Amino acid sequence: MTRLYLFLAVLFAVLMALPLVLGNYVLGIFVMVYFWAYVGQSWNVLTGYTGHISLGHALYLGVGAYATTYFAQNFGLSPWIGMFLGGFIASAIGLFLGFLGFRFGMRGVYFVILTIAFAEITRLIVSHMEALGSFTGIFLDFDPSFLHFQFRGNVPYYYISFGFMVVSMVVVRTIERSRLGRFMVAIRENEEAAQALGVNTFKYNMLAIAISAYMTALAGAFYANYIFYLHPNSMFGMATSIELILRPIVGGLGTIFGPVLGSFILSPLSEISRAYFSKGGLEGLHLILYGVVAILVVLFMPKGVIVYVTKMLNPILKPETARQGKRGDDADGR
Amino acid sequence: MLKVSGIDVYYGDMAALSNVGIDVNRGEIVAVVGSNGAGKSTLLKAISGIQRPRTGTIRFNDTEISRTSTSRIVEVGISHVPEGRQLFPTMTVLENLEMGAQFPRARKCLPESLKKVLDYFPRLKERLSQKAGTLSGGEQQMVAMGRGLMSVPALMMLDEPSLGLAPVLVSKIFEIIQRINQQGTAILLIEQNVFHSLKISDRGFVLENGRVALTGTGEELLASPHIRKMYLGL
Repeated sequence: MTRLYLFLAVLFAVLMALPLVLGNYVLGIFVMVYFWAYVGQSWNVLTGYTGHISLGHALYLGVGAYATTYFAQNFGLSPWIGMFLGGFIASAIGLFLGFLGFRFGMRGVYFVILTIAFAEITRLIVSHMEALGSFTGIFLDFDPSFLHFQFRGNVPYYYISFGFMVVSMVVVRTIERSRLGRFMVAIRENEEAAQALGVNTFKYNMLAIAISAYMTALAGAFYANYIFYLHPNSMFGMATSIELILRPIVGGLGTIFGPVLGSFILSPLSEISRAYFSKGGLEGLHLILYGVVAILVVLFMPKGVIVYVTKMLNPILKPETARQGKRGDDADGR
Repeated sequence: MLKVSGIDVYYGDMAALSNVGIDVNRGEIVAVVGSNGAGKSTLLKAISGIQRPRTGTIRFNDTEISRTSTSRIVEVGISHVPEGRQLFPTMTVLENLEMGAQFPRARKCLPESLKKVLDYFPRLKERLSQKAGTLSGGEQQMVAMGRGLMSVPALMMLDEPSLGLAPVLVSKIFEIIQRINQQGTAILLIEQNVFHSLKISDRGFVLENGRVALTGTGEELLASPHIRKMYLGL
């Protein structure tokens, strides 16, 4: 156990020191790694732990981004506060969706369709709302200051996104160890049995979706003030919903390190291949590359890459468990 | 202690139970037998609040519970061991057992309950840290029953505990059911294994096509020509 923590501490220190040696462009790639790891982690709270598949999580990302920006532009509210308001709005929407889904026992594909429908409806509403920039989107003015959540260069964004990711891991770890986490896993493994044992599954499903939506919305605020442009299609669209679930799936669902590992694999691939291929006039090729990686992982590592990484690292990091725990396929690095 | 009277349960437009009434007294073992699709599991689901009856009443210790939430029903002392074990496969045996005691009253006496369960099922002692999904069918049944006991129930409802088990294990499971009953827990047992279950039961109900076709003491039912012909093939 201590070796694992030592390893994580060293990793933490190295990542904290990276801005000292890396240039702006590479730091930007790391920002995307942390950003998508965080968003993936937020989605993981709902889908990874309770097993309810949301294919419309872009909805909460968009709500967070639009709400923060709207409050900032119209009321001069700092994004540092606006993002928490955005979180509450996203949670409210999530709870409404959850109420419809969980109260009326929507399972499997029906729940998935419900999540897609909510995201699409919101996309269409925002596309036709003058106050939210309708289909031309919103441009954010660049006015760097800490209060505005806007900065020159990537170093502050690097630390903020890194902080987001680390905090999300701590939050999910806390959830995992709590009764809430236990109940969420029970729901994922066998919702009916959990119910028969007296677990109020409706309540814990609602909690899970509220937390997940809230966390995702915070990332929206970051996105808005990093990219400076919001468009309904890119914020609420299906492509974003898919983008944000790929990393936890590739890394390993229902684990803390899964979304992070997945993001370290896919985000650089996405950024570099996008830059490389679009120079050669091959825009969109990176998406194909992406698809191939996703298919390979699903085919050969259906439980996510994390399972193999833990297996490889276990003898070094946890010598005591590696020796006796041959049967344990503990994937979450506990 | 439990009195179900005149309940109708529907799945959509299809009636699974019509006008069914059964009762269980303190300290009894009551069996509900019947063939596939007779509505046995539906009856248990109705009692534990998973499938709501359209009409009729379900009273437990003189309180109406047919509209009470499932979690509340577990808390007042009815535990439901569902058909096909329904464990949490990637949780350990211990975690599975603990899941059975997740409300204040049960959590308070968790260590004693655990001790009791391991007393009934000593085999589980060495399996505590093993994932439930890796156990054999018989061991899984033990975990399911143990998990049901963790809520310290006054009435334990077992849905097909002998399903898919080797004959030796079947006898063992029935023996343990009797032991649990002797310690003061009433048992409502649903079984396709008509002979075995009626033999250990004080009373029995025969469900056919969603109705109670026959009722009596265990011995009476075992001796009835109808049962002998339809269920025992004698």
